Amino acid sequence: MLIFVLRRLALSVAIVAIAVVLLNAMLHLVPGDPTVMILGPRATPELIERTREAMGLDRPFYIQTLTFFGNLLRGDMGVDVFTGRSVASIVFSQLPYTLTLIAASIVWSAALGIVIGCYSAFRRGSWIDLSAGVLSVSTISVPSFVMALYGLLIFAVGLRWFPAVGAGTGFWGQAHYLVLPAFAIGISWVGYIARVVRASMLEILGANHVRMARAFGLTERRIVFSYALKIAVLPAVTLIGTGVVHLFSAAVFAEVIFSRPGIGALIVNAVNERNYPIVLGCILVTTIVIVLATLVSDLVNAWLDPRIREAL
Amino acid sequence: MSEMTETTLLSVHDLSIDFFRSGAKLHALRHVDLEVRPGRIVGIVGESGCGKSTLASSLIGLLAGNAEIVSGSIEFEGQDLARLSTRQMRAVRGRRISMVFQDPMTALNPVVTIGRQMIDIQYREKRSSAEKRRIAAEMLRTVGIPDAESRLSAYPHQFSGGMRQRICIGMALLMEPALLIADEPTTALDATLEVQVIKLLKELQQQFGCAIVFVSHHLGTVAELCDEVVVMYAGEVVERGAVRDIFRKPSHPYTQALLECDPARIKTPTRELPTIPGTLPDLAHPPKGCIFRERCPKAFARCEVEAPADYAAEGAEHRARCHLLDGKARGTA
Amino acid sequence: MSLAPTTSSSPKSGRPSSWRSGWRRLAADRLGFFGFVLVALFIVAAILAPWIAPYSPTQIMVGPRLAPPSWEHWLGTDQIGRDLLSRVLLGGRVALTVAFATIAAALTIGFALGLAAGFGPAWLDNILVLLFDAVRSFPTIVFGLAVVTLLGPGLSTVVLVVSVTSIPIYARIVRTQTQALRHADYVDAERAMGAGIFRILFVHILPNVVGPLVVLASMDVPLVIATEAGLSFLGLGVRPPMASWGTILNDGYTFIRNSPWPVIAGSIPIVLVTLGFTFFGEALRDIFDPRLRRDV
Repeated sequence: MLIFVLRRLALSVAIVAIAVVLLNAMLHLVPGDPTVMILGPRATPELIERTREAMGLDRPFYIQTLTFFGNLLRGDMGVDVFTGRSVASIVFSQLPYTLTLIAASIVWSAALGIVIGCYSAFRRGSWIDLSAGVLSVSTISVPSFVMALYGLLIFAVGLRWFPAVGAGTGFWGQAHYLVLPAFAIGISWVGYIARVVRASMLEILGANHVRMARAFGLTERRIVFSYALKIAVLPAVTLIGTGVVHLFSAAVFAEVIFSRPGIGALIVNAVNERNYPIVLGCILVTTIVIVLATLVSDLVNAWLDPRIREAL
Repeated sequence: MSEMTETTLLSVHDLSIDFFRSGAKLHALRHVDLEVRPGRIVGIVGESGCGKSTLASSLIGLLAGNAEIVSGSIEFEGQDLARLSTRQMRAVRGRRISMVFQDPMTALNPVVTIGRQMIDIQYREKRSSAEKRRIAAEMLRTVGIPDAESRLSAYPHQFSGGMRQRICIGMALLMEPALLIADEPTTALDATLEVQVIKLLKELQQQFGCAIVFVSHHLGTVAELCDEVVVMYAGEVVERGAVRDIFRKPSHPYTQALLECDPARIKTPTRELPTIPGTLPDLAHPPKGCIFRERCPKAFARCEVEAPADYAAEGAEHRARCHLLDGKARGTA
Repeated sequence: MSLAPTTSSSPKSGRPSSWRSGWRRLAADRLGFFGFVLVALFIVAAILAPWIAPYSPTQIMVGPRLAPPSWEHWLGTDQIGRDLLSRVLLGGRVALTVAFATIAAALTIGFALGLAAGFGPAWLDNILVLLFDAVRSFPTIVFGLAVVTLLGPGLSTVVLVVSVTSIPIYARIVRTQTQALRHADYVDAERAMGAGIFRILFVHILPNVVGPLVVLASMDVPLVIATEAGLSFLGLGVRPPMASWGTILNDGYTFIRNSPWPVIAGSIPIVLVTLGFTFFGEALRDIFDPRLRRDV
């Protein structure tokens, strides 16, 4: 178990390292002076000089990368060349908004998806099963930013049920502001999760151990809730763990469309300002979060399934 | 003595079951009769696809969703199991009738501990959970699991296949049922484990005194374990009787062929294992007359037009469905 | 369970028995056929766009500003009076170009890398798999944003971003197939008889991966189109005044309080085309390779 976690963390470090090397390499591979690349049209000679020194761009690529790693270990991701603030503090001030949004999307879509998936498996061929099947294919393929735009158009601009701009204050205030973006991000996952849970539930309901449980006269309720459900949600947990990547992409759009603070809004602004250090910091932090999410989903699976626990 | 033997625990009469498969109706079981007396072990033998597992499943009400009981009754302790509601059937399952399945590797729930599963099946009893746990550990010891107390918190994958089948047998006997259905319980095990499991079943049967319906395609095991044998072919019972009579004086040509094909009984060394020529008839359209006719070396004109009745054969309560016995019965009368 | 009959060990089980029977099965699958019709309409409309568009997509004030749909302007007009139907049609051209360019690039590179990982030495395999995993653990959009910061927005940046993120999808399946075949008895036998690597490649590996690759490509199209539209929506893809579904949505978003029509005009083709490719892809998958159904 411990070895598994350590190995997983080592892999995570490797992936983050690859990310850093790639991002730094890209900076140098692009023709032209990297400092000018970073600063874009607003570069003044004095700003260029300051940036070059701050990021060590005048030194060779490998030294610069090594320095970056060294600083990263101390939690230092450099400074924002325009404001002089530390990148780490800017990124971490925005991270909670994005995490809340993603967590809310996962929770509602997983809850609903598991319920629909189970129901479709029990009542196979019913109109709910069939319409859930068509709906899930449809929602899976429609991009989340289209969902977000329609959410904004119908419920914020049209009906005015929910706010269109910002993140709100206080628990209920925040929850109110979360509804539309979390809906836009989560809706396609409801279909995804329902499909996966339906398939695995069908497989389990036909499994020998369920037949044996029935032969002992156990009630269907007990068979489903304490015997089958645990196994049926395993693939859904894996799906969510690997899907956090896509949730982050979706969160970028949701934050822009609903003018919410967060990593996505931060990175889009930074790209428009050509503020490379901030972009780099955002990417590093999202990569770390994503790798951690995969680890968490593996641990949840191990907690649900003793066979996986043993294999770890 | 005679009064004891006359009471039957389970009496299947004229049971017919159809399967619906891609539009076609398969007549999987046709007019099956079966009697099991308390404390007796009845073997059901036949090739795969002959309906023996369907028969076993129907006894505990676990037929597949596309199966339908078309006629007949399953009398058990004064109730007709074929007519019970799901709820009433659930009250019988696990308490009066229980079942051991073919593949011990998949029969136990992989994510629930053995102890939890053994406690869960006692859910109808008004015992404390500590008491239920003690009973479960007791049963594990009885079926020969060492270190039973601590093994209760182990998961199925931590046991070998033989151990798992022992656990399944223990779970099946936990509620002291009157009837145990064993559906090919040793098919998935290798030969040495098979011997052990058969030995265990025999011991436990004496200890608990339950009746057993033992489904197998292995004649040796049936001869070893059972008191009575039912031979099935293509969804029909073709011969039934005491184990001695069936093995010494097989009266149906199918039983005779089956015995000839059993490697353990071949006396003269040959290079090829004998087989019964031909294939099972199409169960969607069973042929007229005798079901075994097409493969029978002794078939004659009457077999083509008339389905044989359940004729008496040599020995007490030995019966077979073959026209050849008709003359014999008349001759002795 | 029900997959059992199709997962035969025959080396060419990935191919439909014949194109004709595949076509018949597609026609029988109602959703799949619907998807096929949408895809065909999209491709024809995108190719013919310059000739069937009623107005120039970039000419301003061909009608009133932010007008709702009318006989003159079927989808209405945007904030500077451009005809939305014309912009949508020309935007389809951009979407189709991006889809074809990226999938061609990703397929080629992914195929080569997958072969290298499957056939090459173990260390190469390990490095490539680690790289695939690393690419997959970046959100496409976030990775795209980093590239845009360096290269600047534009059509070619979009193509680069989307192809790089799609490469692992194709490479993985080629790698798996190659590894499975590498140790198959009949491949060993051929090698022992002196068959060259190209013979093994063309006779054994290609026929086995064509089916899954076609299916993956058709399921990848909606993702590619969505990513292009997404980047353009953020103002980081196709540059105005060029029409793209994403830029139409971006304009529409800015004026969403004034008129819903630009957002509706920009989103309808995205929804229809992604739905069409998804239904079509799912039908293709059922025909070509039911095994893929497992790993959604």
